[in-house]
Amino acid sequence: MPQPSDQHRMKGRVRSARPAVAAAVAAGLVLAATGCGSGSGSGSGSKASGGPVNLTYRIWDSTQQTGMQHIVDAFQQANPNIHVRIELVANKEYWTKLQADATAGSAPDVFWMNGPNAQLYESNKQLLALSSNVLKQNGVDLANYPAALNQLYNLGGTQYGIPKDFDTVGLWYNKKLFDAAGLKYPDASWTWQDVQNAAKKLTDASKGQYGILAPPYGQENYYDTIFQAGGYVIAPGGKSSGYAKPEAQAGLKFWSDLVKDGYSPSLKSMTDTFAAQQFESGKIGMYYAGSWNCMEFSKSDTIKDSVDVAVLPQGVKKATVIHGLANVGYAKTKHPAEVEKFLAFLGSKQANEIEAKDSGVIPAYNGTQQAWVASFPNFHVQSYLDELPYAVAYPTSKNTSAWQNQEAAVLAPAWDGGEDIGTAAQQLATMMNTALSKEQ
Amino acid sequence: MAAKIQQAPRTLTATRSPHRERVRRCRNRSEHAWAYLMIAPVTIGLGLFYLWPIVQTFYYSFTQSGPFGGHQWIGAANYRALAHDSSVTQSALNTVFYTVLQLAGIPLAVFVAALLNQRGLRGRSVYRVIYFLPVVTMPVAAAMVWRWMYQGDNGIINHLLSGFGIAGPHWVSDPSTAMYALAAVGIWMAFGTNLVIFLAGLQGIPAEYYEAAKVDGASATRTFFRITVPMLTPSIFFATVLTVINSLQLFDLVYMMMGTPSDATGQSNPAMPHVQTIASLFYEKAFIEHDTGFGAAVAFVLVAFILLVTVVQFRLQKKWVHYA
Repeated sequence: MPQPSDQHRMKGRVRSARPAVAAAVAAGLVLAATGCGSGSGSGSGSKASGGPVNLTYRIWDSTQQTGMQHIVDAFQQANPNIHVRIELVANKEYWTKLQADATAGSAPDVFWMNGPNAQLYESNKQLLALSSNVLKQNGVDLANYPAALNQLYNLGGTQYGIPKDFDTVGLWYNKKLFDAAGLKYPDASWTWQDVQNAAKKLTDASKGQYGILAPPYGQENYYDTIFQAGGYVIAPGGKSSGYAKPEAQAGLKFWSDLVKDGYSPSLKSMTDTFAAQQFESGKIGMYYAGSWNCMEFSKSDTIKDSVDVAVLPQGVKKATVIHGLANVGYAKTKHPAEVEKFLAFLGSKQANEIEAKDSGVIPAYNGTQQAWVASFPNFHVQSYLDELPYAVAYPTSKNTSAWQNQEAAVLAPAWDGGEDIGTAAQQLATMMNTALSKEQ
Repeated sequence: MAAKIQQAPRTLTATRSPHRERVRRCRNRSEHAWAYLMIAPVTIGLGLFYLWPIVQTFYYSFTQSGPFGGHQWIGAANYRALAHDSSVTQSALNTVFYTVLQLAGIPLAVFVAALLNQRGLRGRSVYRVIYFLPVVTMPVAAAMVWRWMYQGDNGIINHLLSGFGIAGPHWVSDPSTAMYALAAVGIWMAFGTNLVIFLAGLQGIPAEYYEAAKVDGASATRTFFRITVPMLTPSIFFATVLTVINSLQLFDLVYMMMGTPSDATGQSNPAMPHVQTIASLFYEKAFIEHDTGFGAAVAFVLVAFILLVTVVQFRLQKKWVHYA
């Protein structure tokens, strides 16, 4: 009877491998946990003795890491007693990790915050409140930043973040394709109709060439057109959705029609190959892109000499979404005074000037933006700044991602051909109102 | 072999004198202390990081939890909401479908294992390494490469198909192909593990059976179905249980292959509703939409379902597994 025992042994061995793996995982977790703890806890108790203080500054964009390091270097030169370590966490994991860290009470001392998450962290008391006194003591004057950005990080009259940068959306176009089609380049006089006409003329399916990219993205696409149509995504006061309004439907339809008419690659194709990459292939006529794309386009050998950017074409009126990041402090940091000092420096003119040169994003401090414009001599990136007078703040609520996460899922069937866009808009409104009612 | 050696001394002790038996028991006790000490790290780790979180998750599934902790008892409201949520039903169906597809990998692995087990096969270890490589490859890296190969416009698969005049679909963003595309990667990744299980099982089948079959003039096919497969049923059962448990928890492939750089959860992927699994829905509810209590309820439904399916499998095994 050798078989049963052999079988048993075999099973026993494979099974016993699982607890072993579990132990390894557990051990890893213990190590990771202690690692985390020492990361933000280090330097505790040094405050009284006046020794060096260690701060962790968490960011998510690897292309900005060098720029941020230069700012940190400048800060440390002026404050030799404060050491700042930059911690890069990939965009995809940033919010999950930050939420877990904050729940565990060990979030980094200073980190990047964005609009969709701001109210969530503020209303749950995770961010260091920056009273007007604190701001004044550290020499921060909020008047130096665009008002729409300050507002994004202000809840109930309390300021929680100092604007770091901002982004608007522009119309990028491929001059080679425009020349070949005998079309005039886009300018400030362009309307939706001009976009539709050009998209039609630029499309040549046999060459795999499309007039425009129309992905179902909020910030770069349908939020802008909804605002341009005179609609809104979230009602002032943040209590109800604007998707059921005819203006919002017009803003959505503008994009879904471009896909339906075949002037844009299909949603399937844009899922497979990220929109910006498709534009960089040189076979796309127009692309609504955020100002954060400038750096990438300026480095793309395929298109850097053949593309340029203009302001967004107008619908009923002119509009673009404005969004910006802020630097925020963690409410439970052990070194609030040093954090405030560092935050103030990150918001200073000096830091914003470094940012303008080295990180490729538009700095938030008024008057430092020209350095950013100058860093892209080949593109008319001034367009992004020209839009400021009519820029509309990015729509947010207390739990933005609860409804934002489902926007694309609801819209996908309409973008992919089947469903009527009006029906999809109604569905969006219902879904969003349900999510908003849970916030109250 | 090892089992036999272990058994040998035990039969000897039974014949030993009572005195020696006592000495042995004493030694046993100190050996037990050592044993407990040695397994303590694993046990504590399991308790702390596996069992305690399960208890907590169960508790949180009856609460409405804030995104940063803090919760409020709401009874079975999460479970009621879940029963009326069509996305839960849809993702449960998707998960079951994926599991069924994964089970198709088992007969395939049995077949390849039987081929590899042939006496005198050259380069056997090379084949084994090739088949086992996916198991030791990082799932994330493998998923990235597959995603790239599956690309509709410039992917290598469609490039090869175009050589035969076939226009391939956008594999992972077409609702009609996405689940099959994912399942193929899943089978490919689990294939090596199943193969090793079956190879071990095959080596436990005594050669006499095959010799007897040969003497009786049985064909290779008949031998395979009448000797190899029945003798292998304990291994097949074990592989099936593992496959089902792993498949029902599918998350990594969905997360890695359906999303885009700007859309982590793949919501804008038109195929997503057809691929969303319970585990990926849980992630989305709990970590993206910050509805932790609801997420915990989803997770617990999954646990209960896995338990149920596994119990049923163990019940059913009596009908088809031969412990020769």
